[in-house]
Amino acid sequence: MKTTGRGALRKLLAGAAMIGAVAFGTAATTFEAAAQDNTIYVPLFTYRTGPFAGSGIPIADGMHDYLRMLNERDGGIGGVKIVIEECETGYDTKKGLECYDAVKGKKPVMVNPWSTGITLPLIPRASVDKIPILSMAYGLSASARGDLFPWVFNPPDTYWDGLAMILRHVGDQSGGMDKLKGKKIGYIYFDGGFGKEPIPLFEQLAKDFGFELKLYPVPPGEMQNQSSQWLGVRRDRPDFMVMYGWGAMNPTAIKEAAKVNYPMDKFVSIWWPGEDDIRGTDGAKGFKMLNWHGIGTEFQAIKDIQKHVVDKGLSKAPKDKVGELLYNRGVYNSLLIAEAIATAQKVTGKKVVDGADVRRGLENIDLNEARLKEIGLAGFTGTLKLTCTDHNGHRPAFIQQWDGAKWVKVSDLIEPMRDKVKPALDAAAQDYADKNNWPKRTEPCDKP
Amino acid sequence: MFYREAGQFKTSYAADMAVFPIRQDRIGLAVILMIAFVGIPLFGNQFFLSSVMIPFLVFSLAAIGLNILTGYTGLISLGTAAFMGVGAYACYKLTTFFPDVNLIVWILASGFVSALVGVLFGLPSLRIKGFYLAVATLAAQFFLQWSFVRVPWLYNYNTSGAIEVPEHDLFGIPITGPNALPETRYLVLLTIVTVLTWFASNLIHGRIGRAWMAVRDMDIAAELMGIKLLDTKLLAFAVSSFYAGVAGACMVFLWYGSAEPEVFTINQSFLILFMVIIGGLGSLLGSFLGAALIYMLPIALRVLPASLGVPIAAATVEHLQFIIVGALIIFFLIVEPHGLARLWQTGKQKLRMWPFPY
Repeated sequence: MKTTGRGALRKLLAGAAMIGAVAFGTAATTFEAAAQDNTIYVPLFTYRTGPFAGSGIPIADGMHDYLRMLNERDGGIGGVKIVIEECETGYDTKKGLECYDAVKGKKPVMVNPWSTGITLPLIPRASVDKIPILSMAYGLSASARGDLFPWVFNPPDTYWDGLAMILRHVGDQSGGMDKLKGKKIGYIYFDGGFGKEPIPLFEQLAKDFGFELKLYPVPPGEMQNQSSQWLGVRRDRPDFMVMYGWGAMNPTAIKEAAKVNYPMDKFVSIWWPGEDDIRGTDGAKGFKMLNWHGIGTEFQAIKDIQKHVVDKGLSKAPKDKVGELLYNRGVYNSLLIAEAIATAQKVTGKKVVDGADVRRGLENIDLNEARLKEIGLAGFTGTLKLTCTDHNGHRPAFIQQWDGAKWVKVSDLIEPMRDKVKPALDAAAQDYADKNNWPKRTEPCDKP
Repeated sequence: MFYREAGQFKTSYAADMAVFPIRQDRIGLAVILMIAFVGIPLFGNQFFLSSVMIPFLVFSLAAIGLNILTGYTGLISLGTAAFMGVGAYACYKLTTFFPDVNLIVWILASGFVSALVGVLFGLPSLRIKGFYLAVATLAAQFFLQWSFVRVPWLYNYNTSGAIEVPEHDLFGIPITGPNALPETRYLVLLTIVTVLTWFASNLIHGRIGRAWMAVRDMDIAAELMGIKLLDTKLLAFAVSSFYAGVAGACMVFLWYGSAEPEVFTINQSFLILFMVIIGGLGSLLGSFLGAALIYMLPIALRVLPASLGVPIAAATVEHLQFIIVGALIIFFLIVEPHGLARLWQTGKQKLRMWPFPY
């Protein structure tokens, strides 16, 4: 009896060792194998597991499905098939870096880290590895400066632009920016890099417009326990609340706000909450957030996704989730990927482009009305034009409101305060460059 | 048969007391070091070096630190990640104050800063033990993590709230920053880990290590024998935090290249505690084995389906990996509650008898 048990153990151990050996042995070959010659390799860093999966899954589906649709409908971009590969990061910096090292050898044309924590360590590597980074409306705000960060792109807005637009909306609600004087504005935020970044600008604007700023930080480990912050809100009675949250922080904040009977139409969030964060919360009606793209499936390209991808069972997304806010956010991200590749093909004249070409493609992106119509996304989003020096665009966005069942657009496009944001951006970029012995840009600019 | 020490005669007291008294062990160690220093940098690819070996070495070092405290001195700590953070932030501050000093000096110096903080939070260990001490170190974890977020001086008032590592050279070769090759980073880290492991081994086999183990086994008896409890326990905290601090500095400077405070969360403390428990409490070898099992096995499992050409989605692999690693941990703990290091010892004994066990 004992010997058989030991025998089994030994076999199991031997098996485990074998698996390990095979895995590491073959890891070398798979990861070093370059993508096939006539394809373009686009890795997608996604997180379908972990505490942020609720937001990560629809984004991953949207990103994947749009690119897959281009493959199915058009045979890729410019006739070149795209090889899409997901790498699971779990929103964890360790795994994100592991993903980056895993895909680096396969000559990706760009990476989309989908986490500020993963973006930051990749920024210095981008220029060395010649792989551009597209951190869509997240990451390092200062990387909007193309002259300092030639390989990093964060369109269509920085978090500072977002804050400026939210405050403009708040000003409109109060009857003009000058009416903000003497008002109290609360800021509930994720107490990490992303939530803290806007505070200096917020303080500056508080001084400029004469309102009082109240800070309610939510520590990363306490995202689902915000009762003390909302107790503070109940005590301070701010006239407006601004939220910068992510993952489990958003639904918790909305629930808590409803619990303390905070007037929802005075509660405005940055662009990250999704439908699942708010659906089913009693008293959440009236909650507002900033957004820059369409929701729903009433766009030709999204219909094509349904026809070519979802209905054929090639998507992981449940049918009724297609067209939701964060799904379409993923589509927007992939729209930028596809547009960068197409522009790169146009600029270089090559069919199969590499990272350096796509960097030029990103710098020459010009999503005008005609182009949006051409790709079947007319009315989906505003125009976007990036240049050699401007890697962000600082595009206007609008406010949408939750009516109890869906998001409704309630404002016109709001312009960010470029005059206020620009100095903050320049100072932050210069500061980053000084502290890190940042190299000068050597990449030549394309003539527009 | 393999581990037969027949014919190896010890002619001096020192030879009898050696850490590796059997010749085969010494040859084995030499082979492992040869592979680590020559073979892996020569034949390992980028992914293997920067995503497998460098993290493995960092975690091994941290696990050695925690093993000194928990395994050898019997004091439980849940603050390892925070002490790693202290090392990382100390190294960051020191390099911004004196950027021209050799980085290795600062990595080791930041270990001393971490040791100081460790001693501070180790003070309650004289009066409390077991779970109560775990709670005290938990306080260290939360307090330190809070200061990484709340004290802007620590991250030089960066708007991103993160610390970034500029390029540093060693003998004219970049060892940090984007231009540092994985090979150089790996070799620097391997050298640090090897030297510190050797140092830890000497500490443990000497008077100090014996005092630690005496305290672990029964502190009253140790006190009666003339071991000063406060000094011994605080020294264990200091040395342990030193190792954690160096590991943290290496983590940010030689591996990540930049770090947010979220890197040093309680989850990481638990991860290292698991490494120590599964590897083997009170064993240096166990620290390495535990780090290998907890960190490298998931990577192997992730890479496996892709390399065999099995089309499984990335997220499914992730879920499978959680299941398999969890099951393996329970399996190993049932089969050998004393950790992988004991498993290796049993294996060695068996090899000695093979093929004629009795």
